Amino acid sequence: MTTTNEEVNKGGLLARTTKMQSFWIFVVLVVIIAFFTLMAPGKFATYNNVTNIVQNVSIWAVIAVGMTYIIITAGIDLSVGSLLVFSSVMSAKVMESMGGEGWTTALVGLLVALVSGVAWGLFNGFVIAKAKVPPLIVTLGSLSLALGAAQIMTGGLDIRSAPVVLQDVIGYGRFLGIPAISLISLAVVVIGGVWLHKTRFGRYTYAVGSNEIAARRVGINVDRHLILVYALGGLLCGLAGILSLSQYGTTTIAGQSMTNLNVITAVVIGGTSIFGGQGSMLGTMIGLFIPAVLQSGFVIIGVSPYWQTAAVGAILIAAVYVDQQRRSQVLRGGKPRTKGKQPTTKHPATT
Amino acid sequence: MTAPPETRTPLLEARGLSRRFGSVQALDQADFDVHAGEVVALIGDNGAGKSTMVKAMTGNLDIDDGELLMDGRRVHFETPHDASDAGIEVVHQDLALAPHLDPAGNMFLGREIVRGGILGKLGFLDNRAMQAEAKRAFQDLGSAVRRVDVPIGEMSGGQRQSVAIARSVSWASKVLFLDEPTAALGVVQTQNVLDMIKRVRDKGVAVVLISHSMPHVLEVADRIQVLRLGRRVATFDGRDASVEQLVGAMTGAIEVHDRSRTTDESKGQA
Repeated sequence: MTTTNEEVNKGGLLARTTKMQSFWIFVVLVVIIAFFTLMAPGKFATYNNVTNIVQNVSIWAVIAVGMTYIIITAGIDLSVGSLLVFSSVMSAKVMESMGGEGWTTALVGLLVALVSGVAWGLFNGFVIAKAKVPPLIVTLGSLSLALGAAQIMTGGLDIRSAPVVLQDVIGYGRFLGIPAISLISLAVVVIGGVWLHKTRFGRYTYAVGSNEIAARRVGINVDRHLILVYALGGLLCGLAGILSLSQYGTTTIAGQSMTNLNVITAVVIGGTSIFGGQGSMLGTMIGLFIPAVLQSGFVIIGVSPYWQTAAVGAILIAAVYVDQQRRSQVLRGGKPRTKGKQPTTKHPATT
Repeated sequence: MTAPPETRTPLLEARGLSRRFGSVQALDQADFDVHAGEVVALIGDNGAGKSTMVKAMTGNLDIDDGELLMDGRRVHFETPHDASDAGIEVVHQDLALAPHLDPAGNMFLGREIVRGGILGKLGFLDNRAMQAEAKRAFQDLGSAVRRVDVPIGEMSGGQRQSVAIARSVSWASKVLFLDEPTAALGVVQTQNVLDMIKRVRDKGVAVVLISHSMPHVLEVADRIQVLRLGRRVATFDGRDASVEQLVGAMTGAIEVHDRSRTTDESKGQA
C-alpha cells in the first residue's frame, strides 16, 4: 500500500514537473546557453562573461522578487523603475548632505532608500486594497508621481556621488570572485523564494490571487495582505535603488524607464500567471536570465543586439500562450479540451 | 437536559430575520432554530430565501431586522470569521475554494499548521502534517479525493465538493450549514455525505441541510423547516413527514401552521 502510494506520488511529481512552465522555460534557457557556447567556443562560457551576465541581472532580480509576489496576487507594479530612482535620489541627497565616505553615511543612505521604497509601496498598497483602484492605474500613477518627485528634487540632474565604501565594496567589490552585488541579490532571491513557497505569508499570497472571495471567507485579511505585498515590492525597489547607486555611482534618473517592463517580462516568462494564483521564484530567475543571456550571446557572435529585443518579445508571447492553454484546462476542471484524460486524475471521475 | 427538544433552548435561533434587496423582500420575518445533535433540513422552492437565510445566519450578509441567538444569548456576526470563531461552518453552493491550492492547502487555508520552534514563529508551514490530516479527513468522509497535493482546479466537481465539505466538517464544532452539498456528487459520494451528516450529528453538532432532494431530506433530517416567500411556513417532524406534505408546504398548496412557536400561529396563515 505504501509503495503504491509512493509510486503514484513519484509519477505525479514527474508529471507535474513537466507540466510546469518553469521547467520548459529552463529547457529553453539551457538550449540558448548550449547554442552560444557552441557558436562562440572559448568566448561565451568564460568566467568573465558569465560574471558579467550575472552582474547585469542582479539589480533586476531584487525587484523581480517583489514583482513575483505582486503578480501572484493578480496585481502588477508599473512603478518599480521610478521607485528605484526616487529611493536612490533620496538616499544620495541625504548621504551628500551628511558628507563622509564611510560606513555610517552608507548605512544611513541604505536606511533612507529602504524607507523611501516602503513608503511608496505602502501608498500603492493602500490605494489598491482600500480605495479599490486597479493596480495597473495606481502604479501607473505612482510611476509618474515618484519620477516627478525625483526630478523636482534634483532639477532633473543626476546626483553623481556615493560614499567610496559603497562604490568600492558593494559596487565593484567581489567575494570569492563573485560580485558583491550579485551575492546580495542572491540572498534576497533565496530568502524571497523560501518565504514565498514555505511560509503562511506566501500561502496567503497565492490564495489571494487564486480566489480572493475564498480567501476572505476563511478569514484572511486580504486588504492587509495586499498592502504588505506592495510594501515588500517597494522595500526591494529601495534596496535596488542603493545597489544601483553603488554600482553606477549615479542616480540614473532617465535610465529606468524600461525597468518595469523588463522585470514584468521576466516574471511572466518564468511562468507566473498574470491572472494570479500561480508562479515561482525559480521561474522568475530563469525568466530574468533568458533576455540577459540572449543579449550577451548576440553581441559575442556578432549579431545585432536588436535581435535580442525581438527574440525576448517572441518568447514572452509564446510563454503566455502556453500559460493560457494550461489555465483554460485547469478552469475546465475534469474536462480538458483536446488532450483527453489528464495524467493526474487517475481515479474514476465523479461528475 | 432530559426535556424534549421543543422546550430546550436552541443552539442557534433566528427570530424575525428580514432583508430586502431592492424591490425583493428576500427574508420576511423569517424564524429558524436548530438544537445540538440535530439535523434540520431547510427546504423551499427556488427564491424562497434559503441561501439568503444561511448567509444571514453566518456573517455573510447584513440583515435589516431580526436577531440571532446562540445558546439563548444574542449574537452578531460581522464577518464569516466571527461565525467561524463561534464554531459555525458553511459549505457554500459556490464552494469558495482556491483553485490553485491543493486540497490540503484549501482545507487548512486560514488555519495553517506551522512547524515547531523558531520556524513556526516565522510562519513556516508544516505541509506534511496538513496533508496527513487532510488525507485522514477525506478517508473519514469516504471521499473520492485520493491526492492531497494536486491543485484542486484540476479536479472534478465532485472532488472539489468533497474538499469543501471535509473542510467545513473538520472545523464545525457547533453548527454545520450545508447548502446543496450533494448537487455535484455521484450516488456513492452522496450516500457518503448523508452518512457523514449523521455522524457529525451524533458528535453533538447541529447540522443544517439545504437540499432540493426530498428523499435525502427525509433520510437524514430530524426536523424539516419550510421556507416560502422569505418566511418559515411550516415545521415537520422528520419521522412522519411525507414528500407530498413537504412539496405542498413549499408550494403553498397545503396550508400548514408553524407550530414550533406560538407567536407564529398568525403568521403561518398569512
